[in-house]
Amino acid sequence: MNELNIKYHNNFLMEVEENVEEGKWVKMCMQCGVCSGSCPFGPHWAHPPQELFMMVRAGKRADVLNSDSMWMCTSCYNCVVRCPRKLPITQIMHGLAAYANHLGMAPKTQPTRDFSLLFWKNCTRTGRVNELRLTLGLYFNDGFMAGIRKGWAMRGIGLGLMKAGRLNAFELFKGHVCKDRKGVHAMLKKAAEIEQRRKHPAS
Amino acid sequence: MSEMKTAAYICQGCGIAERLSTKQMAVVAQKEGKMQVVREHAFLCNTEGVQMIRDDIAREAVTHVMIAACSRRAKTEAFHFPEITLTRANIREGVIWSQPESDEVQEITQEMADDYVRMGCAEIKKMKLPQGAPNKARNKRILVVGGGMSGLTAALESAEAGYEVVVVEKQKELGGWAARLWKCVPAKSPYIGPADTGISALIAAVTGHPRIKIHLNATIAQTGGAPGRFQVQIAGESGATTTEEVGAIVQASGFTGYDINKLPELGGGKSPNVVDQAGLEQLVIEAAKQGRPVRRPSDGGKVRSVAFVQCAGQRDGSGKHLPYCSGHCCNTSIKQAMYFKDANPGTDTAVIYTDLRTPGMGEDFYRSGQNKGVTFTKGAVSEVMTDGDTCTVKFKDLILDEEGSIEADLVVLATGQVPNSGVNIDIPEEEQAQARPVSILNLTYRQGKDLPQLKHGLTDSHFICFPYETRRTGIYAAGPVRRPMDMAQAVEDATGAALKAIQAVENASLGRAAHPRSGDLSFPIVRLEGCTQCKRCTVECPFGAIDEDEKRYPVFNESRCRRCGTCMGACPVRVISFENYSPDSIGSQIKAVDMPDEFSEKPRILVLACENDAYPALDMAGMQRNVYSAFVRIIPVRCLGSVNTVWITDALNGGWDGVMMMGCRHGDDYQCHFIKGSELANYRMSKIDDTLKQLGLETERVTTCQVAITDSARVAQLINDYAAKIAEIGMSPMKGFA
Repeated sequence: MNELNIKYHNNFLMEVEENVEEGKWVKMCMQCGVCSGSCPFGPHWAHPPQELFMMVRAGKRADVLNSDSMWMCTSCYNCVVRCPRKLPITQIMHGLAAYANHLGMAPKTQPTRDFSLLFWKNCTRTGRVNELRLTLGLYFNDGFMAGIRKGWAMRGIGLGLMKAGRLNAFELFKGHVCKDRKGVHAMLKKAAEIEQRRKHPAS
Repeated sequence: MSEMKTAAYICQGCGIAERLSTKQMAVVAQKEGKMQVVREHAFLCNTEGVQMIRDDIAREAVTHVMIAACSRRAKTEAFHFPEITLTRANIREGVIWSQPESDEVQEITQEMADDYVRMGCAEIKKMKLPQGAPNKARNKRILVVGGGMSGLTAALESAEAGYEVVVVEKQKELGGWAARLWKCVPAKSPYIGPADTGISALIAAVTGHPRIKIHLNATIAQTGGAPGRFQVQIAGESGATTTEEVGAIVQASGFTGYDINKLPELGGGKSPNVVDQAGLEQLVIEAAKQGRPVRRPSDGGKVRSVAFVQCAGQRDGSGKHLPYCSGHCCNTSIKQAMYFKDANPGTDTAVIYTDLRTPGMGEDFYRSGQNKGVTFTKGAVSEVMTDGDTCTVKFKDLILDEEGSIEADLVVLATGQVPNSGVNIDIPEEEQAQARPVSILNLTYRQGKDLPQLKHGLTDSHFICFPYETRRTGIYAAGPVRRPMDMAQAVEDATGAALKAIQAVENASLGRAAHPRSGDLSFPIVRLEGCTQCKRCTVECPFGAIDEDEKRYPVFNESRCRRCGTCMGACPVRVISFENYSPDSIGSQIKAVDMPDEFSEKPRILVLACENDAYPALDMAGMQRNVYSAFVRIIPVRCLGSVNTVWITDALNGGWDGVMMMGCRHGDDYQCHFIKGSELANYRMSKIDDTLKQLGLETERVTTCQVAITDSARVAQLINDYAAKIAEIGMSPMKGFA
């Protein structure tokens, strides 16, 4: 017996259900399109939520995971409020993004992803966010010259913040650290372990 | 009834006396109306007022009463005197409420009221107390044609209500489609999975019922008679016939599945792996009997994937297949997908739809299907390829906007329901034989062998108001023969039809009309000596109530009649009338009004309003104080179909400036309570232009319009627009001749 073409079969849907946060809701979408119509970023997505869900069901694994659409979600929750089937759409979008990132299939140059990674690194290192480093990190993300240009363009705001005592240039060198930095790291490690146990990522 | 004694009562209540001179109306009733007793009363519908009328009936032997008060649709309980003849002049809704309150228009408002009194007085003298149809038919048995879900339900419901039932089933066993299903869509909470059909219990209940008689392997060779006295010849397998006498008939002849072989592009008839929904039920039942999962029909292989193609040969715009939606198929496909998911969640099931329609509690069922992992794909299927043992369903994915395909071991086509409705009596006989040779009822009616159809072979009924009523009184259609439906709807439908059948036999036994004039004791009386055998009445009767005798005279079957008066409107020699509604009772009203002369600037417009929709709309216009022209005089008619052209010519000869006819909407989505009445009226009036030209009158002087019961604002506007048009074309030159 020859193998069936997997298109429109449940393989990818099952994978999503097992690995994506709130993924079990994808099958409940009734394709009304209210989410797509409600999304303030709707026109800028390659695939609005309704379409992404259909692609999951159609078994278009690479198209979904390589897509930058779910990275466009701003978490306004408009879709979640309006969905007649009560799907946690925002969570699914973030879930899909996280899963794509985990598999290394997420688009390499995606601003939301870049910022998220920067933010995560920044805040987990010391247990608190160093705003100056985060900002500068973002400025210099696209190379040295680009960083200088952006910094120069924003100098007015930076000086203003400094005058008001809202920004300390010395934070760049040492910076504040949370009291129990080791405790935070232990906590994060444990959380990662739990997550690992709960999910069984596809090889 | 020996001698006529007339009385007129004029009510002063509800502000009538403040607006009008009731004294003058009383004088009109006495002097012009020649009423023998005339009384005014401050509050006629109260106990005292009603008692006054009762006393006159008892002591003064009053037989004919004209009440000038509110609309005939109001206070019907207070003014209920079944022993005498009654008519009402509509002074409240029709005059004071629909006319502005001001001194300037006082004169024309009073004229309006006086005219209504004149009309009421003229009408009452032409009316008689209806005595009920003379040929009361008292058989109360109910015949149910068809032993499926609908038929068995109708049979059991009727029998449980205490009526004898005869069931005729063409097959050798009862159950119909329901018996050929593995499970059904649940009709009860929690709507999460396929449910038992309950058909075996129903069959057992019907078979064991002491009041139900069953004919299996039987068809109906002939049906003659009328409600309360149908003679039905039932042909058995051997060809021998038995005759059953019944009072009413429920036709639950069901449906046939649309032929899958007509869908070769969807693989229909090309591969055993492509089946319709009934075919899948068969596969599932076979598998269950053998205690194994469903296998691929072509080679007995494992079924790993099933595709359901919705709207196969339905909702078709090309004209090749069924144009309508059969209503049940989406839920049915969900149910069938669940067969597989419940047995083995690993089986892939995809439902490909363009619009998923899940009526009733189907939304819960749909959600449950999704929960169980049935995939729903919005797509338009273009082709099913059937090479080898797996099929490929090609479709356009309407969400992703691209061509898609699904490989499946089994493809289920959701084909539609084709009603088993017998011959289409509206097409010529040669074509009937060609189109569908099998008659279900074999009626001996002059108008044809089966129930009239509306569209697509579905039986004609007033879809909104009287869904079970067909155009043959005492014969009720139930289930998918009436409109496509699912099992739960069929059960409800059958119960409703059983109730209507019971009403029909009861009404027939009392000599009364069935819906929509139920309880009406009047019936058409024909003066045969004047009949010219033109056959218009037999042809135009929307209900096939009139047969012809050997000499080709019309034979009225009162219990088949709905009392619409379409025959009366059709009759060119005016020999058909009802005791309380006749060419004369309306004609005399038209002649009774006081016609101002040509130079008075007071035109008179006759409105003949259908009492089912237009007249209530006019009453409501009054209630809402929607002002309309004071130049109209409104006469309610049973149906526009009952309007005889003699009334129109009488009116025009009598100097009326315009005639407006208000009836229900006609056409495919008609609203006419008598189905064809308003259409026929419209047709007849389309021919009146010649008459108008002969009289030297403008064709605008007669107009017909379609009014719905909700048109309370529009109806006033229609009148005012027409009054403006009459003002524009000027007064009729015919005044003062009659």
